[in-house]
Amino acid sequence: MSSFTPENRDRAREIVARYPFARSAVLPLLHLAQEQDGWVSPEAIEEVAALVDQEPAQVLGTCSFYTMYKRDGRKELVVSVCTNVSCLVNGGPELYELLSERYSEAGDVMVEEVECLAACDTAPVFQVNYEFHGNATGESATTTIEEYRSGARVPRGVSGGKRA
Amino acid sequence: MTDVNDVPKVERPPGVPMSQWPSAYEYVLPTGAPGTVTLTIDGREVKAQTGDLLIKVAQDHGTYIPRFCYHERMKPVGMCRMCLVEVEGMRGMQISCATVVADGMVVHTQSDAARQAQDGVLELLLINHPLDCPVCDRGGECPLQDTTLAFGPGESRFVEEKRHWEKPIPISELVLLDRERCIQCGRCTRFADEIAGDALIAFGSRGAHTEVITFPGDPFTSYFSGNTVQICPVGALTATPYRFRARPWDLSAVETSCTTCSVHCRGALESSSNRLVRLLGVDSEPVNHGWLCDKGRFGYEVVHSEDRVRHPMVRKNGELVECSWPEALDVAAEGLKRALELNGPKSVALLGGARGTNEDAYVWARFAKGVVGTDNVDAQLGDGIPAEVALGLPEATIADLDRAAAIVVVGLDLKEEVPVLYLRVKRAAEELGVPLIELAPRDQGLTRYASTSIRSLPGEQGETARRLADALGGARGTDAGADAAAALLEGRAGDIVVVLGRGDLAESAASTVRAATELARLPQARFIVALRRGNVRGAMDLGLAPGFLPGRVTLDAGREWFGHAWGSVPATVGLDAEGILRAAEQGRIHALMLLGTDPHDDCPDHALAEGALNAAGFTIAIDAFVTDSTKRADVFLPVTMWGEKAGSVTNLEGRVQRVGQKVSPDGTAMPDWRIAAELALRLGVDFDLEQPEEVQDEIARVAPAYTGIDSTLLRRARDGAVAPVADHRDELVLGPVSIPLTDARWEPIRPGLDAVELEDAKTANDEADALRADRLTSVAQSAGAPPAPALHRFTGGVTDTAPPARDAYALRLVTGRTLYDGGITVAASDSLSELVADPVLLISPQDRDRIGVEDGAEVRVTSARGSLTLAVRADAAIGTGTAYLPFNLPGSGVSDLVDLSTAVTDLRVESLS
Amino acid sequence: MAVTETRIVTNRLREFTEDSWTIDRYLATGGYDMLRQALTMQPVQIQDEQVKASGLRGRGGAGFGTGQKWSFLPKGIYPRYLAVNGDEGEPSTFKDHMLIERDPHQIIEGVVISAFAIEAHIAFIYVRGEFALGIERLEQAVADAYAKGFIGKNILGSGFDLEVVVHRGAGAYIAGDETGLLSSLEGERAMPRIKPPFPAVQGLYAKPTVVNNVETMSTVPHILRMGGEEYAKLGVGRSTGTRIFSVSGHVARPGNYEVELGITFRQLIDELAGGVRGGKQMKFFIPGGASAPWLMPEHLDAPLDMDYVGSELKTMLGSGAIMVFDEDTNPALIAWRLLKFFAHESCGKCTPCREGSMWLEKVLFRISHGLGRPQDLDMMLSFGSTIVPGLNAPFSQTTICAMGPSTMSAVVSLDRFFREEILEMCNAGAARPTIPVTSA
Ligand SMILES: Cc1cc2nc3c(=O)[nH]c(=O)nc-3n(C[C@H](O)[C@H](O)[C@H](O)COP(=O)(O)O)c2cc1C
Ligand code: SF4
Ligand code: FES
Repeated sequence: MSSFTPENRDRAREIVARYPFARSAVLPLLHLAQEQDGWVSPEAIEEVAALVDQEPAQVLGTCSFYTMYKRDGRKELVVSVCTNVSCLVNGGPELYELLSERYSEAGDVMVEEVECLAACDTAPVFQVNYEFHGNATGESATTTIEEYRSGARVPRGVSGGKRA
Repeated sequence: MTDVNDVPKVERPPGVPMSQWPSAYEYVLPTGAPGTVTLTIDGREVKAQTGDLLIKVAQDHGTYIPRFCYHERMKPVGMCRMCLVEVEGMRGMQISCATVVADGMVVHTQSDAARQAQDGVLELLLINHPLDCPVCDRGGECPLQDTTLAFGPGESRFVEEKRHWEKPIPISELVLLDRERCIQCGRCTRFADEIAGDALIAFGSRGAHTEVITFPGDPFTSYFSGNTVQICPVGALTATPYRFRARPWDLSAVETSCTTCSVHCRGALESSSNRLVRLLGVDSEPVNHGWLCDKGRFGYEVVHSEDRVRHPMVRKNGELVECSWPEALDVAAEGLKRALELNGPKSVALLGGARGTNEDAYVWARFAKGVVGTDNVDAQLGDGIPAEVALGLPEATIADLDRAAAIVVVGLDLKEEVPVLYLRVKRAAEELGVPLIELAPRDQGLTRYASTSIRSLPGEQGETARRLADALGGARGTDAGADAAAALLEGRAGDIVVVLGRGDLAESAASTVRAATELARLPQARFIVALRRGNVRGAMDLGLAPGFLPGRVTLDAGREWFGHAWGSVPATVGLDAEGILRAAEQGRIHALMLLGTDPHDDCPDHALAEGALNAAGFTIAIDAFVTDSTKRADVFLPVTMWGEKAGSVTNLEGRVQRVGQKVSPDGTAMPDWRIAAELALRLGVDFDLEQPEEVQDEIARVAPAYTGIDSTLLRRARDGAVAPVADHRDELVLGPVSIPLTDARWEPIRPGLDAVELEDAKTANDEADALRADRLTSVAQSAGAPPAPALHRFTGGVTDTAPPARDAYALRLVTGRTLYDGGITVAASDSLSELVADPVLLISPQDRDRIGVEDGAEVRVTSARGSLTLAVRADAAIGTGTAYLPFNLPGSGVSDLVDLSTAVTDLRVESLS
Repeated sequence: MAVTETRIVTNRLREFTEDSWTIDRYLATGGYDMLRQALTMQPVQIQDEQVKASGLRGRGGAGFGTGQKWSFLPKGIYPRYLAVNGDEGEPSTFKDHMLIERDPHQIIEGVVISAFAIEAHIAFIYVRGEFALGIERLEQAVADAYAKGFIGKNILGSGFDLEVVVHRGAGAYIAGDETGLLSSLEGERAMPRIKPPFPAVQGLYAKPTVVNNVETMSTVPHILRMGGEEYAKLGVGRSTGTRIFSVSGHVARPGNYEVELGITFRQLIDELAGGVRGGKQMKFFIPGGASAPWLMPEHLDAPLDMDYVGSELKTMLGSGAIMVFDEDTNPALIAWRLLKFFAHESCGKCTPCREGSMWLEKVLFRISHGLGRPQDLDMMLSFGSTIVPGLNAPFSQTTICAMGPSTMSAVVSLDRFFREEILEMCNAGAARPTIPVTSA
């Protein structure tokens, strides 16, 4: 039983073939799984392990090292708010508090605090499914997030949540 | 958008399979040209080899640098940072575990800066470590605790909350993990990955949240898991069988060899209040590198099983009832005498002996062959390799694997049968780059490390080996697989080490014999005959094999010599196990001695064993347990077990090593050899043997291959002695053995010798030469002795019969042993018996589809001999046209399908749904 | 005279904000011409006469001579690999992000030239996973370059083959360390490895490997265009050429500024970035990313010169991130947040870094939240000297990678410049900051 769709299974094999050694494909394969499912499921870890000839424990060990991989269920929208220093002095922590409170009950929105996102000139910064939004206020951020929720904005087609 | 996926594929370096990863050890620390360097450690000038690690050099010269992550048998990772020292001219502090010594290096391990760094690292390690030493298994022998006392700061400045984890969580049936105690040294995870090849544990998360993890639902079921408990430098990993059983200060230890299988890993056996509680691996370079398999490590539980027979028994009114030793021995002797009167020595037979010591084997052989006069003696059970082959092939040692031109594994699954030898072969192949050629009926433990795997179908092993031998001998072009294997040897000098065993007990041994014959044609081939049973090699070496007398001489060659030593020997060559069972079945065996053997469960042909046991005349069981076989005995003579007796054993490479006594038996059980001596007395011969040392000395005197291996040598040879000593004099290292944990608390295992001891050992080696020469002359010159017989050599010439054609619907049966099987060691150990898997018939996916069954479905399996109902599962490891069933698993019933007299066993598999 | 930017690497993306990342724009502005030229040269010529002569020093943080690094590759051992570091995770650094999103072809051209120069046939560009748009554009650019024959087999008929693989990170700062990056590229936890062996000798797959930063790569085509010696005329001393500085914090015009090395901090911060906003005074600034020890307003007239900053000011230009803080800033709060970052990002391999960063974070949390104890600062310095023996710049370390000592930069800076203020805070149980925060 494959946790990848047939199409993604082919993609997975292509990814593996890009590298001189299969194990190098672990990160891209986990991204692929997350892109497909909105999270990295245990089944996906097992499948990635089989593709690169590792034990699932090793792939889980690798997977859990990196913060972008979500392992506790499907995430529709991942809102990442930077609170590192340049954002801190520009209201990042307040933005994080506000959003995490506002969406604490929302099943489809996960608000997380993250480290510097390398966009400090537009602090405070947040991302929705890794799409950047800078110079944010609580209100502008809420509006943006709501646009994604309503479908008026489509998240960039890269992992971290559902693929459009 | 064009996707980056569409880019042309990267070409892989030729010859590197996708799965093969350059593992961590491919990154090697830079070294200089080979030679010696001189450096200064704490003001003392010392010499070392180029490439040596500073931490090791310092230790060899008496300076212990504290460490946690470094382990001598693993590549340095340099992560704990405990081993920091100052090296003049290098900026900052250096970790001595990853610093290669250089000429002129000046090292300070005790300077203020070094001490400060060590103290500092220790303080940091302790801030999150719980203070539960009083309830921790490791308390009292904990490297962290000891290092803290020796190097640490007095008090903690850490006032914050410690890291919290759920207290011990099981990571397997045998091992528990307490993450709060873990100091993230990575020894266990590196062991699992690098050494065992079972990367079922890994580090998860990161930073201060780093934890050792398993994948949910996929526990750490490695055959080698117990080693992680031993090498964990804190009490984070504990073994369920040992947990809370003892405190280190209550323990006493004796040095021993594990005899669970025939590798004989070195160990330290510990007891508390006359109960065995732990076996630790001892690092022996030629044997086990400190590792043990879990069956060996935890198998001691069998010794204290409730089911042990503690007193002799005789059959009265159809029941076995306890009696006194004199009564039991008298009854046994009477039974033997009656049989001898009835039909002479050939109506008496002895089966077994592979579980005892060399002393046991020798005295029983002397009893059977020299007193009773029968040669119907066999330590194997129709599942092995005939003694004329096993004892006569040119031999290789385990260490020869490391430097072989190539390793050829024939038949057996080393991981299941001789696990620590598996580790050694894996290391040779993976780490040392020795080409590994595998000849096996299916994918098994070593397959993933094999440079090339040649599948041989049941019955065709001999033929496959012929093609391989031809190709290795230079005649290429007939077989692509064999040619590929031969190509691996190009440019490699040295021996081809063949590890020979029985991969398939449903196939006649002739197939293996033929394979040996073929490979033995190669002038550079040398063999390790891997028979699994604990001391089967010692038993055969010391005469428990038909046609052989002690010391690897045939009956004919040794007739005169042993006639002189013993008084008499059997007139003709006797029956092997299969022959004995057949004769018994036909009512021709009037007295049968079962020496720690269970033909009912352990002979591949169950019908034959059953018939034999039922029809045998007077039966004497010399055993520790009532089994399906021994329950029929007329007299039951209980024996002491491993751990309860001292002596020596011989491993599969012919290395004779000590086993130690740690506890005394409860009850009145006796060592096997003493029972034989008592029976001999009752048949009118006084062996005059009172102590195992006396038996050893007699062996050294009369058994030609064991010349010189007497009690003195055995006591002093650190790694034992490989027989015959004359051929292996370089391997003899005389010197004391340090038992781990008792004298040195730093490391669970202190591999090797201290520097001083090393010096001793060197001079002792000259002494060893003298010693050996002395022994040899004393034997040769003993008054009136005939000339010593020549050791047996196998000259081949055995042929196998081509297997009959298989019809298209049949599957050819393969049955091999698994580590956790139905044997008594597993069955009577609480911890191990849990690990026995349910028997499943494995077939190839193609055959599954052809037969039309689902995985897990029940099928009817029928051979010419019998029929069984079993669950089936497809497994890509199994070749099409074959079916695999594990041997001797409770409920597998595979021995009901096998007929020892046929070359192969064909099965019909039918879906039941 | 007011300073201006010296736009070399950032010229295209500033000029053509609409489409600077497309292959059409790249080709229209002279793109891949230098590749064409390079392929007619000898690899060793590029190494010595161009890159080494230019004095180019790595823009990733350590400032190691690029030509020199290449020359460490052992002779005759193949395959060799080129790994490009686009993991940009150093807090407040955002230049590589911009280069990847807005001028990916410039990176690729630099990569192909560099790979040719070091005789590598596979190059990996490791991009920080969070740069979704950047990865999309870079992958597109790679595909376009393949299509046009700038990458692939027999590039531009030269016989030189190169595969370029874009490798996406997944959220780990430590993957930016060169050996951490290699571990990550091998599908592992991004754990740095002990050195030696250095990557140049045994890097990716235990083969000789060069790791270079994205900005370093982007500079390579310009060195060929200008000529190595000409490039070396820019800058000051051993700090040749231009660098992109990411200025952020309490400044009026935060952003990336590409300037010739040798101008002063004051010119960069006050003239280009508009100085401290809202008419406030500067309290302190951090000159080279979170890992760098801090500086004070009195240091503003020092030159942007890697050597000067290191030897005279005991800090570093590092990744080129300059964070400016105004007079109202609580330095303990900044220090705590930086330590929270380090504690979160420590890979966990070395005891001093793993446990030390966590301990420092906990203590700084207390101090910055009004729960400090008078002995806390000295205690941090004391156990921190296990991570950085002696606490003297240039920092020595007891850890594998430079992350270990980085954890002490903020603490050492607090002691250097704000000792009284911190002790006062600790003594008085100073007012809690307004921002609700939790300890990691
Ligand atoms: C903890 C740590 C993080 C680093 N992060 C980055 C990074 O994000 N990007 C980068 O280019 N270099 C980073 N570096 C520096 C690299 O190790 C390496 O020196 C650099 O990529 C080499 O390229 P260069 O010589 O072109 O500067 C980091 C170093 C350390 C110790
Ligand atoms: S210093 Fe820190 S981040 Fe660097 S290798 Fe050691 S633990 Fe990992
Ligand atoms: S023993 Fe050297 S770093 Fe752990």
